[in-house]
Amino acid sequence: MQNKSFVPFTKDMIKDYTILVPNMLPMHFKLISSVMKTYGYNFELLETDGPQIAETGLKYTHNDTCYPAILVVGQFMDALLSGKYDPHKTALIMFQTGGGCRASNYISLIRKALKKANMEYVPVISFSFSNLENHPGFSLSIRKLRQMIYAVLYGDLLMNLTNQVRPFEVNKGDAEKLALKWTDKLGAQLGNTNTIRYKDIRKNYEEIVESFKKIELNRFDAVKVGVVGEIFVKYSPLANNDLERFIISEGGQPVIPGLTDFCLYCVYNKIVDSKIYKRNLLQLMICSPAYKYLNKKRQHLSDVLTHSDVFEGLTSFDDVIALSKGLINQAVQMGEGWLLTSEMVELADSGCKNIVCTQPFGCLPNHICGKGMMKPIKEICPDVNIVAIDYDPGASRVNQENRLKLMLANAKKQQKKHSQKESKSQYATV
Amino acid sequence: MNHSLSLGIDIGSTTTKLILLDGEKVIYEKYRRHLSQVRHTTLEMLREMQNDIHTDTLSVTVSGSAGMGLADSAGLPFVQEVYATGEVVEHKAPDTKVVIELGGEDAKVIFFGGGVDERMNGSCAGGTGAFIDQMAVLLNMTVDEMDAESLKATRIYPIASRCGVFAKTDIQPLLNQGASKADVAASIFQAVVNQTITGLIQGRKIDGKVMFLGGPLYYCQGLKKRFYETLNLNEETAVFPEYALYSVAMGAAMVAKNHEPIPFSKLITQIENSAKSETHGTDRLPPLFENEAQYEEFTTRHNKANVDNIDISKYSGKAWLGIDCGSTTTKLVLISEDKSILYTYYNSNEGNPVSLVRDQLREIYRLCENRITICGSCVTGYGEELIKHAFHIDEGIVETIAHYTAAKHFQPDVDFILDIGGQDIKCFKIRNGAIDSIMLNEACSSGCGSFIETFAKAMGHDIATFAKLGIFASAPVNLGSRCTVFMNSSVKQSQKDGATVEDISAGLSVSVVKNAIYKVIRAVSPEELGKRIVVQGGTFYNDAVLRAFENEIGSDVIRPSIAGLMGAYGAAIHSMKVKESSILTKSELLSFRHESATTVCKGCANHCSLTVNRFSDGKRYISGNKCSKGLNSKSEEEQVNLYQFKRDYLSSLKPVKGTKGKIGIPMALSTYELAPLWHTLFTSLGFEVHFSKLSNRATYEKGQFTIPSDTACYPAKIMHGHMLELIQDGIDTLFYPGLTYNVDEKASDNHYNCPVVAYYAELLNGNMEELSKVNFLYPYLSLNNEKELFKTIYPCLNNLDKNISKSDVKSAISKAFDAYEKYKSTIREQGEKAILYAKEHKKRIMILAGRPYHIDPEIGHGIDKLASSLGFVVVSEDSICHLADVQYVNVLDQWTFHSRLYRAAAYAVKHSDTELVQLVSFGCGVDAITTDEVRAILEENNKYYTQIKIDEITNLGAVKIRLRSLLGALEERS
Repeated sequence: MQNKSFVPFTKDMIKDYTILVPNMLPMHFKLISSVMKTYGYNFELLETDGPQIAETGLKYTHNDTCYPAILVVGQFMDALLSGKYDPHKTALIMFQTGGGCRASNYISLIRKALKKANMEYVPVISFSFSNLENHPGFSLSIRKLRQMIYAVLYGDLLMNLTNQVRPFEVNKGDAEKLALKWTDKLGAQLGNTNTIRYKDIRKNYEEIVESFKKIELNRFDAVKVGVVGEIFVKYSPLANNDLERFIISEGGQPVIPGLTDFCLYCVYNKIVDSKIYKRNLLQLMICSPAYKYLNKKRQHLSDVLTHSDVFEGLTSFDDVIALSKGLINQAVQMGEGWLLTSEMVELADSGCKNIVCTQPFGCLPNHICGKGMMKPIKEICPDVNIVAIDYDPGASRVNQENRLKLMLANAKKQQKKHSQKESKSQYATV
Repeated sequence: MNHSLSLGIDIGSTTTKLILLDGEKVIYEKYRRHLSQVRHTTLEMLREMQNDIHTDTLSVTVSGSAGMGLADSAGLPFVQEVYATGEVVEHKAPDTKVVIELGGEDAKVIFFGGGVDERMNGSCAGGTGAFIDQMAVLLNMTVDEMDAESLKATRIYPIASRCGVFAKTDIQPLLNQGASKADVAASIFQAVVNQTITGLIQGRKIDGKVMFLGGPLYYCQGLKKRFYETLNLNEETAVFPEYALYSVAMGAAMVAKNHEPIPFSKLITQIENSAKSETHGTDRLPPLFENEAQYEEFTTRHNKANVDNIDISKYSGKAWLGIDCGSTTTKLVLISEDKSILYTYYNSNEGNPVSLVRDQLREIYRLCENRITICGSCVTGYGEELIKHAFHIDEGIVETIAHYTAAKHFQPDVDFILDIGGQDIKCFKIRNGAIDSIMLNEACSSGCGSFIETFAKAMGHDIATFAKLGIFASAPVNLGSRCTVFMNSSVKQSQKDGATVEDISAGLSVSVVKNAIYKVIRAVSPEELGKRIVVQGGTFYNDAVLRAFENEIGSDVIRPSIAGLMGAYGAAIHSMKVKESSILTKSELLSFRHESATTVCKGCANHCSLTVNRFSDGKRYISGNKCSKGLNSKSEEEQVNLYQFKRDYLSSLKPVKGTKGKIGIPMALSTYELAPLWHTLFTSLGFEVHFSKLSNRATYEKGQFTIPSDTACYPAKIMHGHMLELIQDGIDTLFYPGLTYNVDEKASDNHYNCPVVAYYAELLNGNMEELSKVNFLYPYLSLNNEKELFKTIYPCLNNLDKNISKSDVKSAISKAFDAYEKYKSTIREQGEKAILYAKEHKKRIMILAGRPYHIDPEIGHGIDKLASSLGFVVVSEDSICHLADVQYVNVLDQWTFHSRLYRAAAYAVKHSDTELVQLVSFGCGVDAITTDEVRAILEENNKYYTQIKIDEITNLGAVKIRLRSLLGALEERS
């Protein structure tokens, strides 16, 4: 049994404690942080990077723990030891899902690290929907929850648009600047509005899309590169050596499924579980409407993109679910589970034939739903090119980039052959 | 544009190659090792070419892993190397179906037809040229010699192929046991072949013409031969083109045709100028010494830790001999009555320690004349048993005890000893005068002396010079602290970034130290190590390593002047207890002969490779055995071993003829726990239940072609073979369920299986084509209770046979749970019996704590038998964990199998006659969590924690040292 004693985050702490947030999804977490700030919480998104983070992580966790845990612990400990924060006035927060993957141990590993450094008095808030600890100073109200959901949706929209635009910018950095402007504005707006009206949210969507439309572009036939994988290394530039930037610098266009999809996956899993094991009807009764609610929101967001006539929308999540059927059972729910397989097929189906599957070295679920599904996926989509890349404190960037370069070289060759064929056939019809 | 010449420059991890094409024709080619001087070598080669080929302009493209950086900074076109190879093959030999290319540090496979599929080795993969080089160093041969030798091989030993470190662990004992170099050489090549198959071919069929490219395949006939045989190729289907060496450069030259020609002189200036624009992307560290004076002070301080030497020709009286027959080196020390040194010897054992020790003994007898009598002798190290038998040495002690004995001589209250040798890192703490917590490097985290040596050689230096270069490096590169294969890539990266040999040498020293501190000892702060630290082992002769260590821990340590001889010195001191020696006399030594032959033990399913050594006195010594069964020894004491008991129990589950046909269940992963349940369930329903047999090496090899993820754990990977075995036995219905949840033993917060155990069936279904020919059932089941199992399994059974009624299934399930409960309770009873037996016979109990599947003889490598032979009563974690209370731990306790470990540890804590040894499969992500907790439970209560990492490794030498050290420590403590 787990030792259930922990240092709670109390109400008194709200006013003068800094709450450190790890850097997993820069845009989303920035939005969430600004929302929380309006409640008086002093959230601070850690934006540190560099090799000392992994090194600090290695000092404070078992070296064979997965890379995301090493980085999260490293980033926290590095911050606490930097002298920038008073450890007696600092708390940590970590978002996580439960389940049979070892990553469900983030909180325990952070607490163990604190103990090792004689800082066990630092409260660690576990932000999880399934296994909520009782922190008197930190609770989730329906209002907060709604704000979070919108923060995630905004984050997905901004990430999506940035990736659709960034490779083609005439003035490099325009999209990122614009996204940053929006995150600042939207975060404050979300937090400060007393009653959120969905109409306003949708209006914001449209304005965001319009503003991205205005960015001056120089379009060319960029190779689309899908990024899937373990959630932390997939999103965090700290973990994946800034994969998005690398893809763009090589003339590719990153396509990264959003965080909403992962949330939907978590909710949908509860429905699947209730059906497979024929138990927990209450769970089913709560999760079915929650799924529908969230799915509708995602669809609206997609519609705004599609209606722009410039940007590509999202595949409906019901379709995403259906895509992995016959390949992998939906009972596979540890880590990214069946969603990872689905996402790969979805990318291939929507014309993104080059996929990077990212995972920490030795990631257990990805043996099954990532690497284990590549062969069957290739059988149904023969022209897809999937490259599995492992991330780890010792893995060298050269090796990773070399493999990406190979993928892109092949993709460009295919593209060229394709366009030659097309121009030939055009010629023939003339 | 078509008329000009096109140049391909391929800069790989070790060599630079140039190819100049005039149209299709090769008009110039050159090949040179760049010894990490990438830019310099390339420029030199280009200038030479400029003298030979008179042309003003040419088009150019760079390729290769080390070429990427150069192309970038010099503004030259770059093409990825596998892509370049693809170009060549498409133009030159379009009927090729598969290309296998091995390079310095890369291995690539390209499939043509049905869309080009190109694969490169991942971040954890040996089996490349660098691996072959490393192995040649180990055999003390050049690669050419090793190749020639391999052709004479008569047998192949299994050698772990994942990475060099694993392979070394396998090879070293083979050499020490006297296996022929020819056989070992061929086995090394076979390991490369296996690595290519599991790592890259990953289940794809090899049909049609296979083309082999790259340096190692071009030069090594022995390697070609292994590929021929393994892939069933013939003269027709295997192609070894004359451009094998230059394929990447040639591809680059072909790509170059698409680029505008540039003046030759411009090409050279662009590369010259690139040095200036280069950024130091690799992270750098502060220098080891700030100035010469600091180095002076450092050397003076260390020179004080000295032992007196006595001129042997002037001494007469008693003397004692210590021998340390290590994995790569053999050391001898002869000491006088006051422990001064009379004679020392330190040399690489060149794979033949027996003849080396014989020569040394002769030399010692010559020097002793009649003045000096050898009163006692003692041997330690890997070769302990062999040398002891060969020369009738009086005593044999485990290395750790030898080292402690020696260290005490220099620092009587030493509390921490770190020994970095050629192949291993050992360190241990001393508490209350006894050895406490021994740590050896895991097979995956090596970074020892021979590792620096290999790099030194690759850069064209001997180890001493290379070490010296590092001392005054201005900006040592930061290479991190991980295993050798990763380190290779990091060095590659730093070379790309323009690091000097000096900086790399110093950087390697720092990373060896970091590896020891953070990976092996896993310390957070220097205080944790101890206050009086003695460092030793040959690697610490390297001042750069010593300095890096002191810098890292922030305090001074003692390095004895005989740092490399401490094992032998300790053994010599230990032998002073002996009064009269039985060591071979001078005359006996003259007639000494030694022969060795190899054979395979047929005693049990382990099929150990035995080496039979015969000596001139007619005695023989057999090594390589995991147990005493094949040795025909008479002393068969009753051995209580729960692992054996469980194996026997599961083997007794036989098929019973039924009306419903056969059903096959792989004996793998969760089946080791649930076999009795499935057996009864299906048997009562009228099925004839066939389990696959316990595994051996061949089981793994049978299925290795279908493994998609080579970093998964061995217990999972071996499962592919079990599935094939059942299919080959003609069984057409197979069953291995999906089990997100395990049985709930109500002692943990949740009852999950790990993701691999839970979902491996999905991977099998997706990757084993053979499964499409049979009916493979993998329903998702709940084992919580009879009702839930019924609900989840009934649809599947009904689908299988419509005649199976609900009530049949219900009653079968009820019987099945009874059978499972009986299995569990029998194990518990046996556990209690074993405890009683141990008490009665005053034996120590070892809880060999792992997972149910660790009882498999191939997965567990017979460690249970080894422990038995050392005198332990062996129990499994599930046989005694019911005797301990529920444990409270600091992590999520949510996996059923893992939760047992905590309770087993709690039991060990409460019983002074019980020790816990944890078995951990390489790649087990969950054990990264559990090991720390189990260790904490034990150490907080003053118990030793011993962890053994297992993978495909087949030799038990290192495990034996560990267990003997544990025994030694226990004896000293009591």
